[in-house]
Amino acid sequence: MKFDALTIDFVRDLILRKETTATALAEGFYRKIDSEDPKIHAFLTLTKERALAKAAEIDAMADRGDELPPLAGVPVGIKDVLMTREITTTAGSRILENFVAPYDATAVAKLEAAGAIVLGKLNCDEFAMGSSNENSGYGPVHNPRDLSRVPGGSSGGSAAAVAANMAVATLGSDTGGSIRQPAAFCGVVGLMPTYGRVSRYGLIAFASSLDHVGPLTKTVKDAATVLQVIAGRDKCDSTSADVPVGDYVSEIGRPVKGLRIGIPDEYFPPELDGEVNAAVQKTIEDLRTAGCEVKRISLPHTKYAIPTYYIVATAEASANLARFDGVRYAFRAKGAATLSEMYRRTRDGGFGSEVKRRIMLGTYALSAGYYDAYYLKAQQVRTLLTRDFQKAFAEVDAIVTPTSPTPAFKLGEKVDDPVSMYLADIFTVTADLVGIPGISVPCGATKEGLPIGVQVLGRHFDEATVLRVGHVVEHERAK
Amino acid sequence: MKVSEKDVLYVADLANLELTEAEGQRMLKDLNSILDYIDMLGQLDTKDVPPMAQVATLAASDRKDTAKFEYAVRADEVKSCLTHEQAMMNAPDTDGTYFKVPKVIDKSGEGTE
Repeated sequence: MKFDALTIDFVRDLILRKETTATALAEGFYRKIDSEDPKIHAFLTLTKERALAKAAEIDAMADRGDELPPLAGVPVGIKDVLMTREITTTAGSRILENFVAPYDATAVAKLEAAGAIVLGKLNCDEFAMGSSNENSGYGPVHNPRDLSRVPGGSSGGSAAAVAANMAVATLGSDTGGSIRQPAAFCGVVGLMPTYGRVSRYGLIAFASSLDHVGPLTKTVKDAATVLQVIAGRDKCDSTSADVPVGDYVSEIGRPVKGLRIGIPDEYFPPELDGEVNAAVQKTIEDLRTAGCEVKRISLPHTKYAIPTYYIVATAEASANLARFDGVRYAFRAKGAATLSEMYRRTRDGGFGSEVKRRIMLGTYALSAGYYDAYYLKAQQVRTLLTRDFQKAFAEVDAIVTPTSPTPAFKLGEKVDDPVSMYLADIFTVTADLVGIPGISVPCGATKEGLPIGVQVLGRHFDEATVLRVGHVVEHERAK
Repeated sequence: MKVSEKDVLYVADLANLELTEAEGQRMLKDLNSILDYIDMLGQLDTKDVPPMAQVATLAASDRKDTAKFEYAVRADEVKSCLTHEQAMMNAPDTDGTYFKVPKVIDKSGEGTE
């Protein structure tokens, strides 16, 4: 089986033309996972029974000659922060080691309703907190392009599974860059939709005002196809937006001639990796060649995004993770004599060190006497960051930047220095804070062969333009 | 140093975390290094800047005031939900109807937790 070539349309077409069956395909992917994953460790749980039952359904439809849904027979993987009914869902945390989800996340239910075959659950940083996947309670994921390097995080398993052809598409979540940065590190496409575009129902919360669900795929068109399926208002998530869903798949082909592209000075600092810079500059030239009008812009508050993020995200996380108390579900420390002792020992034994660090920081930022100095200040700076983008989007239709300041780093390289690890997200966090959509598309490689990603950002709810520009980047690179 | 050992213990208490001696020391170092970095926000004058309260939905709505959020409310109708068994299926300790926890009230009369 030529796994490399398998995109969503191709899979659907193979089934439609009876060249393969969804069942044979799913079995082929499980064999691939059996052979590849021991060295990559992208999957935490395989869901064979559910996958093969769904595949049989698709095959029956094909046999009857029914019209096949858009993701018919497409093997997908789900980041383990998204709930899957009757299947273990851990969020990469030991505290949820034996937690069986009672219902499906909306995004997962929509994928399956569109014919996708859920192969399994994917490794990630614990509660999606991390930039390297090294914070997983179940051991790190290795980057398929270079096993000594990290796949990025927190959706490291989601990116690695696509890069190693163990799934055609995956779902990830992005709170500070967790879809786009691993996509860049592993050489795949990663799309973070606008805040509210995709329901967060069934997504285990990290930071509720920053969490986004989105796809990781091999191509921009596949990302558009998955978004088409998972986007839209959901009555189970009151923050999901009541905004019409566009026709992303047909929009990507529209010409980009005359489209105005902004290049923000602040995203090209002197310390930017030389090879990353060269690849992104080449991409910008390609966009010019394709007829885009490229102009320099400024997003003056950029350097304040990381400190703002680490206040807002940790404050929200400290509140969200208060629910893990050992009472109603998941791990409970044994032998505690009092309720209070049980809470403490459960949380101490169940959470990893980065999660504790963030709970502590967030609790501190929200505690009496510090609220104004930290949380309120951060929310004010968030307004300034939003104004930066409003001003920029009055002049340009999309913004192009590197996704990450460096290619994938080595496992262990940054684990002892939280600030240096946090800076890995320097180009991605702002979009989460502002709520605008962004995509990372592969745009080159280093001399060592490590993938480089370019990021395209757009206006709120304008995923169509983000995908269109990403599609041109992909097309120019393929020439 | 912004945060002292005492602060670490106080915040751990607020967060219901029990840190070991080694964890406490590491936390002290890490929190101070992160807070030093966060200090740069002090460079910005935000006196007249409203704090952000809503992410993207407002950007997409031309309705006024509470009408912006009408889509997020629904009629108060009884609908199906998880069964009792489903809701309890992950409970670490249960008598079948309720969650069981260690005792909360100390009968020796020394008060409650």
